[in-house]
This record gives sequence, C-alpha cells and structure tokens, in this order.
Amino acid sequence: MTAPRLLPCGDTAISVEFGTTVDLALTARVRALDLALAAAPFPGVVETVPTYRALLVHFDPLTTETAALERHLLALVDRPAPVAHSPRRWRVPVAYGGEHGADLDEMARHSGLSPAGFIAAHAAPVYTVMMIGFLPGFAYLGGLDPRLARPRRDHPRPRVPAASVSIGGAQTAIGSVEGPSGWHLIGRTPALPFLPRRDPVFLFDAGDEICFQPVSAAEWQDLATRAAAGAFVAERLA
Amino acid sequence: MSTLTVLRAGPGTSLQDGGRFGWRRQGVAVSGAMDRLALAVANALVGNPLQTAAIETTLAGATFCAGDAPVLVAAGGPGVVLSVAGRALPPGRSALAAPGDSIGLSAPISGMHGYLAVAGGFGLSPEMGSLSTHLRSGLGPAPLAAGSRLPVCGGGMTPLWLPRVPGHGAGPIRAMPGPQDDWFADEALDLLCSTDWQFDLRSDRMGRYLCGPALPPRPGSMVSDGVLPGSIQVPPSGQPVVLMRDCQTTGGYPKIATVISADLDRLAQIPAGVPFRVTAVTREVAVAAAAALARSLRDIVPRPAGGTDPARLWSENLVGGVWNARDDDATDEGATEGGNAGG
Repeated sequence: MTAPRLLPCGDTAISVEFGTTVDLALTARVRALDLALAAAPFPGVVETVPTYRALLVHFDPLTTETAALERHLLALVDRPAPVAHSPRRWRVPVAYGGEHGADLDEMARHSGLSPAGFIAAHAAPVYTVMMIGFLPGFAYLGGLDPRLARPRRDHPRPRVPAASVSIGGAQTAIGSVEGPSGWHLIGRTPALPFLPRRDPVFLFDAGDEICFQPVSAAEWQDLATRAAAGAFVAERLA
Repeated sequence: MSTLTVLRAGPGTSLQDGGRFGWRRQGVAVSGAMDRLALAVANALVGNPLQTAAIETTLAGATFCAGDAPVLVAAGGPGVVLSVAGRALPPGRSALAAPGDSIGLSAPISGMHGYLAVAGGFGLSPEMGSLSTHLRSGLGPAPLAAGSRLPVCGGGMTPLWLPRVPGHGAGPIRAMPGPQDDWFADEALDLLCSTDWQFDLRSDRMGRYLCGPALPPRPGSMVSDGVLPGSIQVPPSGQPVVLMRDCQTTGGYPKIATVISADLDRLAQIPAGVPFRVTAVTREVAVAAAAALARSLRDIVPRPAGGTDPARLWSENLVGGVWNARDDDATDEGATEGGNAGG
C-alpha cells in the first residue's frame, strides 16, 4: 500500500489523500484512518470529513502543531489494521416509480430493462455509503449495477423532494432535505435520514451498508407517517 | 424578557453566531457570521461572549423596534452606523434602547455585512449547537424580514465603548497553495497572485465569484473530496469561486489554493467591484496571522461609557436613569455604572 499524500487546505485543515479514483479499497483506507483517529484523538482536532478517497481533518492551528498532527496521522496509517469494525447495515424501504420516482420508467427504457427489472437490479446490491456531503445527510452510495448508470440530467431540477433515491452517473444516492438536483429520481424512502430534533439526528454514516427494500406507495405513506413522528422505519440489520 | 421586532430588513438578514461545528462529516455546513471579528466587536460592546448569535445584514440596512423592556444594543461591521431613537452613535459604542425605541442599522457602506448584537443574546433554542441560519438545510431560525419578532434575553444595561475598534487591516488576501495546485499549470498560481481581482454580484453566503482571467484546471473530472470556507475552487470554465461560511462540506472541483483563516472575515467584507490582490503565503505566515487575530479578539475589552461629550452624556444619563430607577439588582454592573453617570 502506498503512503497517503498530506495536502494543505489552508491553516485549519489537512487532506489525507489515499488516491484519486473511486475505489472501494481507497474508501476503506479512509474509513480505517477515520476510526483510528477517533480511537486515538489528537488535541486540537475539531472534526473529520471522510470522502471517497481522502480524509479531511479540521483542526485548530493555535492548539495543534501541524507537523505533530501530520506525524500522528502517518503513524496511524502505518499501524496494522485495527480490529475490524464490522460496518452497520441498514434495510431502507423505498417506493420506486410513480409519484415518488418520476424518472424510473425513462431510466428503465434507457437501460433496456423493464421497470420491474430495473427496480430488482437497483434493490439487489449491498451498497456502501462512500461519503455524505452536498446537503446534510445526502448519502453517496457505491455499488450500483453498471447497467443502471446514466449521466446526470442536462437540466437540473430546482427542487426535488426530501429523501429521494436517485442515480447520477455511476452512483446512486439517498437524499435528505428538499433541494436542487440534476440526478434522475427513481424512488423515495419514507425513512428520514436527517431529522434535526431526533436522536440520532442522522441515520447513516460513511462506511455504513445499505440494502433497499421495495415498498408500495401505500406502505410508503404509512411508514412516512410513523417516521415523521420519530419512529425508525429504516431497520438496522447489523 | 424583552423582544426585538424587525420593522425593515433587506434580503440576506439572518441570525448568525460563531458557527455550527462537529457535523461536517454529515454534510452540515459550519455557517456562522461572515465577519466574526465584526460579530465579536458588537457582542463585546453589549457584554456578551464574543461568538453569541447576532443579526447579520447583507448590503442593506435594517430597522428594529425595542419591545417592552429596555435593551442594550451595539453594531459591528465596516461603516455600519447604529442609531437609537433616531440618534446616531459614534462607532464602537453601545446604547440602551428604551421600550418602543427604534433601532437602526445603516448599510455597511464600506463592506458587505453588518451586525446588531443585543445584551444577553436572543432567547431562542440552538439547533445542533448553533443559532446560525443555514437556508439550504433549513437549520436555524427562518431568515428575518419585516414583522419577525425575536425574544431578547436580559443582559447588562450599561452602555460600553471601545477605545479602539479592531479592523481588518489591508494588503492582499493571503492564501496557501493547495490542496489541488497540481491540477493547474504553473502559470495559474502566478496569475492568481498577480491579478487585480474583483468579486461579482453573484456572491452569497456560500461562495463569492472572482472576476478576472480564467485559471482553468487540467481537463478531467476530479473525484469529490472535502472543502471548507476559504477553498478557492475552479470549475472547468476557469472562473474561481471562494467558498464562504455556508459552503457545502464536499466538492468536486479542483482547489488551487485556500484563503487563510485570519483573512476570511476581511474577504467577506470586500464589496463587489472593488479590486484586490491575492498573495501566496506559507503555513508559518498563516498560523502567525491566526495567532494575531486571536490576540485582537482577546484585546477587545470595552469600558463603561463615560467621558466629556455633553450630548452623549446627557443621552446616556437619561436612558440609564430611567432604567436604574426600577433596577433592584444593585450588583448588576449596569446599575453601578448608571449610578455613577447619574451622580
């Protein structure tokens, strides 16, 4: 394994870059360093942001000497892999197509699959949360069946509903709050990945695994009502 | 508890504090005051912790009305003039607004953002550790507009003043190259540091667009990684964008350089159309600048207002006296000072 590059992001952050591509092995190294740093905290580190291929470490430069933090991070990378943390796995209900997934039929046509075949192909894999970003709780998932990939829409929508399940390029995602999106909408989960006054506020974290469970529009409505009242309608499997 | 009612406010008026930390891994922006030094000045003048939530304005001024109890108010921001009951105050002073008084904040004539702090802060519940409004995620109180009513916690009543109001200094905006300077031709960093840049009118709390020569990154699509306020990201068009306090936490454009933390407040206050330079600095310079800013913040120690300006003395005595006649709390700093001034 090659050593990561330590890239300066101003005086208050360092990016520990493991590579430049989308690769589950790189994301696993990012996650391992993130967990190792959480287990061996360093004074002055404010928070970390794991992404596909790099860990951004935010710190207070008046508390932390940067060179010492860099040595600490490299030592953690070099250490033998910590005891394997088995990732959390979630079963996430999704109502595909219809009012909840306006682009499903068109996406199925584009892929050469029937709508039912498209749904089955999307719900088959165990996905990994590669990164959370863009908007609070917006989870980028790795593991999409390549047949379902499609470049983003030419004309982004200014608003898509909260908790939409969408496809953009080779990735699929679970949205959180209402917002703009150029991704293709294929469904919507009644689970609320982000609910500010709930504990926990967020359901998913980078590194979690996601399985989709197709549900009917009627089931979506029932589950959505329960979720709004604070119930967890995404089931934790592991 | 008193209230403050918004009578008039421009778009982009919201509550902002020192920021919402600890949630960036979940995609939550830090937010917080665009100019934390100006926020600190306003808060210091009303006796608050320096990062207490205050009202932030953008380009326009605003007017408010004090509720049914007196409230000590102060302003911050370049060229922002505070007036209470129609009377303008010199910079670096707070004033007690009596019930029903109008409180005016002028437009920030030499900047972008102004601040109004109230003694004791606003009586609202923080969301995820902060009172800062972040529009896109729906966090924090709704943006402020005419008719908004904010509860005000009780605080000190003594007007304070600062012998010297700390400012932002001058000179080029300092930035550290990276993290993706290797995505650009060598000339790009030279061009970044030798151009008279201007911000255009599209600026908002998420980012400010630099107008000048194009600095296109090499072709290709970068895999997203983390970004932060100060990141200078460059999309394929070559027009750089400096990310600001409300920026997203991750992004897919190469970042040629990062504005140092000590210069973010100053950068936020540069008006559109005013030329400025960027210069590349080392980490040592950046950390020394951060330490200098921290010292400036520590040195903001306001004094009870006094002095020989007859008009000001008259005004403060009058207002302070009205309040102190009803104030049972003799240990309150405001009561002590008001008594002295009254004597």
